Amino acid sequence: MTKTSIYLCLGALAAGLAAAQTAQADPTPMEVRALLHKDFHAQGQATMSRVDQDDLQWLCTVSHNKPSHNRVKQMEAEQHATIVYPADGKYMGDWKKGQKIAESGKGMTWKDKPGAENGGSCYNCHQLSPKEASYGTVGPSLTAMGKKRGDGIEVQKYIYGKIYNSKASNLCSEMPRFGTSHTLTEEQIKDLTAYLLDPASPVNQ
Amino acid sequence: MRQVACRALLAGAALSIAASLAYADDTKQEIQKYQRMTAESSPVELWELEGADLWKQKRGPNSVSLERCDLGMGPGVLKGAYAHLPRYFKDTGRVQDLESRLVTCMTTLQGFSEQEATKRVFGNADKPSDMEYLAAYVAGRSRGVKMQVSTKDPKEKAAYEMGKALFFYRAGPWDFSCASCHGHEGKRIRMQELPVLSSPKGARGTYTTWPGYRVSVSQLKTMQWRLNDCFRQQRFPEPKYASDATIALTMYMAVNANGATYRGPGTKR
Amino acid sequence: MPGPMKIRATAEAGYTEIRVLMSHPMETGLRKGPDGKPIPAHFIENVTVKVNGKTVVEGQISQAISRNPVFSFRVKGGNKGDKVEISWLDNKGEHNQTEAAVA
Repeated sequence: MTKTSIYLCLGALAAGLAAAQTAQADPTPMEVRALLHKDFHAQGQATMSRVDQDDLQWLCTVSHNKPSHNRVKQMEAEQHATIVYPADGKYMGDWKKGQKIAESGKGMTWKDKPGAENGGSCYNCHQLSPKEASYGTVGPSLTAMGKKRGDGIEVQKYIYGKIYNSKASNLCSEMPRFGTSHTLTEEQIKDLTAYLLDPASPVNQ
Repeated sequence: MRQVACRALLAGAALSIAASLAYADDTKQEIQKYQRMTAESSPVELWELEGADLWKQKRGPNSVSLERCDLGMGPGVLKGAYAHLPRYFKDTGRVQDLESRLVTCMTTLQGFSEQEATKRVFGNADKPSDMEYLAAYVAGRSRGVKMQVSTKDPKEKAAYEMGKALFFYRAGPWDFSCASCHGHEGKRIRMQELPVLSSPKGARGTYTTWPGYRVSVSQLKTMQWRLNDCFRQQRFPEPKYASDATIALTMYMAVNANGATYRGPGTKR
Repeated sequence: MPGPMKIRATAEAGYTEIRVLMSHPMETGLRKGPDGKPIPAHFIENVTVKVNGKTVVEGQISQAISRNPVFSFRVKGGNKGDKVEISWLDNKGEHNQTEAAVA
């Protein structure tokens, strides 16, 4: 190498380093994770592994929930593969039990008993029964779901899957993956499906 | 006395009105009416007055009061101090919020160990914590002062940026970030409206209500408590009290709230 | 051991504004605990306000008042420096009092 080209190389390196230093403004997810590992501790059932992101969480974080198209379909398919449908082919349970699950916001926090039955927190984010005034608006209204969509087997399977893992059809949805995360059991998701679709359920009155 | 009985009747009537309405809009109006009434006769002032006494009390191994505590505007200067927090402190080399700075003063001035100072930071309805009384008092001394949190120092800027990154970081079994609840305009959980804390409008309206007296549990709650309980509901593990991560988030929200006039400790649902 | 109690009293034109903040559970006796059993009633029954030793308010209150009560009174006349004493007595026989000078 000539003297000139060495100086050019060094200059480019210095410029690159300078640019890297001024561009330090945005912490990366890895840096956030490191801070969380430094400043958080396990409590109850909430272990430190909860702050480690999976691929989906990472992608949705860095893209501010608007990931580029070429990754979405593939990752949604991966999410769909996590859905375990009932072996007996039945998707609807008891809507009366489903109502209680929808109303309950308990479970999965460090104050909750590990292994205890968890709620679905549905009313936190959704409107369900038209008679219940205390409902959230983070998610769309689910009132009259059964009336609108009917309770055919295809609709039942769709709703079951949506509760199990909503990110299979909307990758960066704010809705938790209730089945995949082992928050709700198969029986509970069946009861919720019934709460939404059963013509006798308050949701459809 | 008649005055007292009238107030009791009003409180009772307001509560029963709020309970019987079925329609969301009317319910919202009645909730706002109830909130105005509770704010008019809020117990929160008791925390400020008790905190004032604690501030002046000689305590700890050094038997010294907190009256020389430097909250960023000089030793013992309280007026407006809260409206300028969090900020960088040379003596600790850290960006600190109100509660971490109170711990600093309790250890350096009064001689408490960090363990002693943070032994019981969150109280309950029967017995509030010293930190809650002190936080209410100090925050109250910024009543009427405009929020002016600086990011001039590189460490302050870094805390703001880290707070922002943490705000949008999705994790845990439910994939929640702070933004999952506080990043979407016009949403609510059940009947609780969710302020968008990443925007000046949302931050200004909400950050300035903390610390606040929660009527439903009869307790004054601080910002450190609010962050702790948020992470619990996000299904995360627990943040350490007054840690850098919690200060970074507080910094992010406080800076977003700049320009708002701090109205003193709030009264909440 | 009862919680803190504070008075704010200010002299206004022709009257004294008094505000008292109390700590008290004001338990109605109707609320059920986590074990399903009612939590025993525990509430303030009497509130007495004295200015310069003279009783100006004798209040009988009940469990309808919420936890950590706040009361405001306006007393005719009064001057800066007057002594305001406020005391309460509850259904269990517990009591507390505090005093302040009118500002």
